[in-house]
Amino acid sequence: MNISISINGETVTRDVEPRTLLVHFIRDTEGLTGTHWGCDTSNCGACVVLMDGRPLKSCTALAAMCEGHEIRTVESLEVDGVLDPIQQGFHEKHALQCGFCTPGMLMTTRALLDENPNPTEEEIRMAISGSICRCTGYKNIVAAVRWAAENAEVTS
Amino acid sequence: MQTPAPFEYERATSLEGAIAALRAHEDSRVIAGGHSLLPMMKLRLASPSRLIDINDLTDLQYIRDEGDEIAIGALTRHVELLESELLRAHYPIFHDAELVIADPVVRNRGTIGGSLCQADAAEDLSAVCAAVKATVVIAGADGTRTVPMSEFHLGPWTTAVGEGEILTEVRLRKREGAGSAHEKVERRAGDWAIAAAGAAVWMDGQTLGDVGIALSAVGLTTIDLTRAEDLLRGQVPSEALFEQAGAIASEDCTPIPDGRGPVDYKRHLAGVLTKRALRKATARALA
Repeated sequence: MNISISINGETVTRDVEPRTLLVHFIRDTEGLTGTHWGCDTSNCGACVVLMDGRPLKSCTALAAMCEGHEIRTVESLEVDGVLDPIQQGFHEKHALQCGFCTPGMLMTTRALLDENPNPTEEEIRMAISGSICRCTGYKNIVAAVRWAAENAEVTS
Repeated sequence: MQTPAPFEYERATSLEGAIAALRAHEDSRVIAGGHSLLPMMKLRLASPSRLIDINDLTDLQYIRDEGDEIAIGALTRHVELLESELLRAHYPIFHDAELVIADPVVRNRGTIGGSLCQADAAEDLSAVCAAVKATVVIAGADGTRTVPMSEFHLGPWTTAVGEGEILTEVRLRKREGAGSAHEKVERRAGDWAIAAAGAAVWMDGQTLGDVGIALSAVGLTTIDLTRAEDLLRGQVPSEALFEQAGAIASEDCTPIPDGRGPVDYKRHLAGVLTKRALRKATARALA
């Protein structure tokens, strides 16, 4: 079936099987392999993208279900070489080692900051409770989100 | 890589259309949030021939005050149940449960109708709706029918929703003196419960006029603790009484040993959580 999805403001149209998952539809699009395909069971959060501004685990949505919705992936954060404050925060606070969970962490926490620009540590930990990091622990990730909240206007 | 078996897909534009599609295609299934169905399809535990996507049927997405009752549309997402002031005022058990159902990202998608129809014994909302003695509205080609939660679960993953039917609404009666609470123990955020207990009480002066208690994850289906409800009804609430109700919960549940714990631990948890849920529900009713 032909499916058209708006990804980062551009309409992507492809003929795919109905069983195609959103994560694969995105990753099979040129230049959009930033979204990671992790546990495939909606447990790990590596595949989180935004659908209409709200985080969604893209391994647990059919591409067909997303037609007519706005998808944003990690590639949309940096604009013209300028990092989003949440990306800068992860850089400043060393919030990643291997980087596998990072795209999902970035999109989940970007959505948190969009809804709640000044989250407490508890609110941050709740927001990322569906995202698993096996390298750093969560301390630096929480610090990165706080950094982004405190430097919302700062550009790199 | 986990991939569902091939299926046909269509998007419903009306409830009538969705029911007609269900009737027209054998082995077809409704998909809403998809956060239970898609994982089951990936594991090939479910292989429907056709998915009927009802996410566009936004007239099924509401939490409405209807005077003596509260009506919840089947397509209402977990996050909306969590944030509803109306529900929290009358049945805070929903807020308790939604804080510990899956994780915030999954709660953006999963729906109350999907949770109830999935009828997984470890799922929280089934116990919540059973404890508050909700009724559900089921629509089919010949109109709608109403089924109390006590008659909703027919067995593991099996409900009163028949072929060619869709659950459209959950209804809660507003009753005087209500208090309710949900208690759950899980290994980590997003996991199924090791055990969970939902309790609702409706005080009649200083006595328990009516009581609803249901357990998750400690049997083949959600367990209605009718023996404990009978014990409590008409009594003045006390710690000793809640202790007895907890003992009944430990006896009447039927857990299996698995990675989440052995049977004696789960029975113990069912008892403790029942006691805590009753204690909190009663305190809320009397507050």
